[in-house]
Amino acid sequence: MDIHEYQAKEILSRFGVPVPRGGLAYSPEQAGYRARELGGSAWVVKAQIHSGGRGAAGGVKLCRTDEEVRDFAATLFGRQLVTKQTDANGKGVYRIWVEGASDIAQELYLGFVLDRKSERIMIVASAHGGMEIEDLAVSDPASLRRMVVDPAVGLAEYQARELAFALGLRGGQIAQMVTILRACYRAYRDLDATMVEINPLVITGKGDLVALDAKMSFDTNALFRRPEIAELRDRSQEDPRESAAGDHGLSYVGLDGDIGCIINGAGLAMASMDMIKLAGGEPANFLDIGGGASPERVVRAFRTVLADRNVLVILVNIFAGINRCDWVAEGVVQAYRELGLTLPVVVRLAGTNVEEGRRIVDTSGLPLISADTLADAAAKAVAARNRIAA
Amino acid sequence: MTILIDENTPIIVQGMSGRIGQFHAADMIRHGTRVVGGVTPGKGGETLLDRPLFNTVREAVEATGAEASLVFVPPPFAADAIMEAADAGIRTAVCVTDGIPAQDMMRIKRFLKRYPAERKMRLIGPNCAGVISPGKSFMGIMPPHIYMPGRIGIVGRSGTLGYEAAAQMNDLGIGVSTSVGIGGDPINGSSFRDILELFEADPGTDAVMMIGEIGGPQEAEAAEYVRTRMKKPVVAYIAGLSAPKGRKMGHAGAIISAFGESAQEKVEILSAAGITISPTPSAMGETMARVLAGRVAA
Repeated sequence: MDIHEYQAKEILSRFGVPVPRGGLAYSPEQAGYRARELGGSAWVVKAQIHSGGRGAAGGVKLCRTDEEVRDFAATLFGRQLVTKQTDANGKGVYRIWVEGASDIAQELYLGFVLDRKSERIMIVASAHGGMEIEDLAVSDPASLRRMVVDPAVGLAEYQARELAFALGLRGGQIAQMVTILRACYRAYRDLDATMVEINPLVITGKGDLVALDAKMSFDTNALFRRPEIAELRDRSQEDPRESAAGDHGLSYVGLDGDIGCIINGAGLAMASMDMIKLAGGEPANFLDIGGGASPERVVRAFRTVLADRNVLVILVNIFAGINRCDWVAEGVVQAYRELGLTLPVVVRLAGTNVEEGRRIVDTSGLPLISADTLADAAAKAVAARNRIAA
Repeated sequence: MTILIDENTPIIVQGMSGRIGQFHAADMIRHGTRVVGGVTPGKGGETLLDRPLFNTVREAVEATGAEASLVFVPPPFAADAIMEAADAGIRTAVCVTDGIPAQDMMRIKRFLKRYPAERKMRLIGPNCAGVISPGKSFMGIMPPHIYMPGRIGIVGRSGTLGYEAAAQMNDLGIGVSTSVGIGGDPINGSSFRDILELFEADPGTDAVMMIGEIGGPQEAEAAEYVRTRMKKPVVAYIAGLSAPKGRKMGHAGAIISAFGESAQEKVEILSAAGITISPTPSAMGETMARVLAGRVAA
């Protein structure tokens, strides 16, 4: 789960990371007021959306007067900001962060991630920050320093010091960097984060370190014990179809094709998408109905897939272990009738209670297309799609 | 022979009195699995499915000699249940639970390292379908009737794709020695490599079907093992050729976030290690049949 920049800054600051003073605004007037309240002669106005690349997309501006702050904020509020990292719809701007402009001498990169190889928290840092880490890994891989933290000990001071020196810091900056590194590590560990990123971490004209931007993501599996983090969820930043599906126990990811998929199991769902592609079609979505799916959940899956207007054909592919083919078949029949479906539905069932499931499909009197195997199902779905599109 | 479990392995179920635990324990018993008891704190002394329930894993191990444990404990308590099993002397734990926090898994892995090799517990999963040695024993949530006993090992992250592979092989008359689901989480108890090592050493296994997916470094690690140490043939399929970068595809671990983590890149790495790739998910059975036929001819 992602949170906004200003929320990440608030959290990290609580753990001891220095951040610029700023204020949150829900309207252009409030943004102007925040600038006056902060004082000074220059402010950075930043759209709060769950995406990087906001600067290049026009979501960040340095302003010299509070009127300018207000006017720029007015252009941002309610806008869908499209960045390199969002899809073509972008993300809506409903909150704006105004902070005092910093005097920047150098930009560093600092990130904390879960390293799946060592199965530990890894720090990635570079003396050349400001750009996206993916770009940095291509343009300047030699500048990247990596360090793995032993969870039994936590981030040792000597490790933090080593990293600070390796980044070319000196004097008082060393102690500042040690504080920042240990604060980020503790925030990551104590709050069940999956990512902490400060990019850029800047050295000011006076030589002090300040987190100019901040990003945090959290382990959704741990939200049950982090209610204060769960509260930060912002549904306006999520794909409404994906969050609605999630509320009903369905794992859904919207894609660009026109063959809707209703599958059980993440692996089989990915494989079915692959199979559709290999058969010459394009999947409209990833959807895993999960284990023990009731007919009602299957109907919900149909509703979710059909909310995508591009869908021309639906492919249901179930290999039931913890699921039951008869329940799924009942769900398919129920969905067909309740939702008044007219589009072709290909159904492939295998595993637990398959005979009963097939009987329900075959005796339903509905024009459902039965398939025996994964390849058969994908081929029939693509053929049905081509008949419609032709 | 098989790996991990056979008809003699005494198995307990942690969380057996829950709805899901009871359902699957009954299925295991029906198919001949040697389930010797269950553990639910507070229900010690009661009987369920004609088996004794215990308050702690230690009591269960002392009373029944259990060597393996199937963990059906909800996410907030699963890490504790796994550590309890390890400390009580269980040798193989299979955890089906989906939704365990990543940092709990980090803690579990560190905990397991405390024990010397001869009494260290092997963890399979979490977020997996389990382990089955067809015709002998199974611990998990798979439909056992789709598996035919035989001499091919299966190891995969996804449960349903493992079923798919078993069914495709079954249709061609190819049976399974043991099938292992290692689970879809970013940190898991046993890796592809760990399970490949067991299959390589198992006289009852002739070849292995490996089913990977996008995300993480474990397929590449397995490829290196196959290239340098493994003699038995390996067939692989990697799911997620059509998955977009940076999006989580159902499994917590199925996300392309680094170089080498896409399906295309993994296919290249595995091919370079001499592993035969099943080009589509529906060709897993026939690819294995082809590899086995070639081996007999040679």
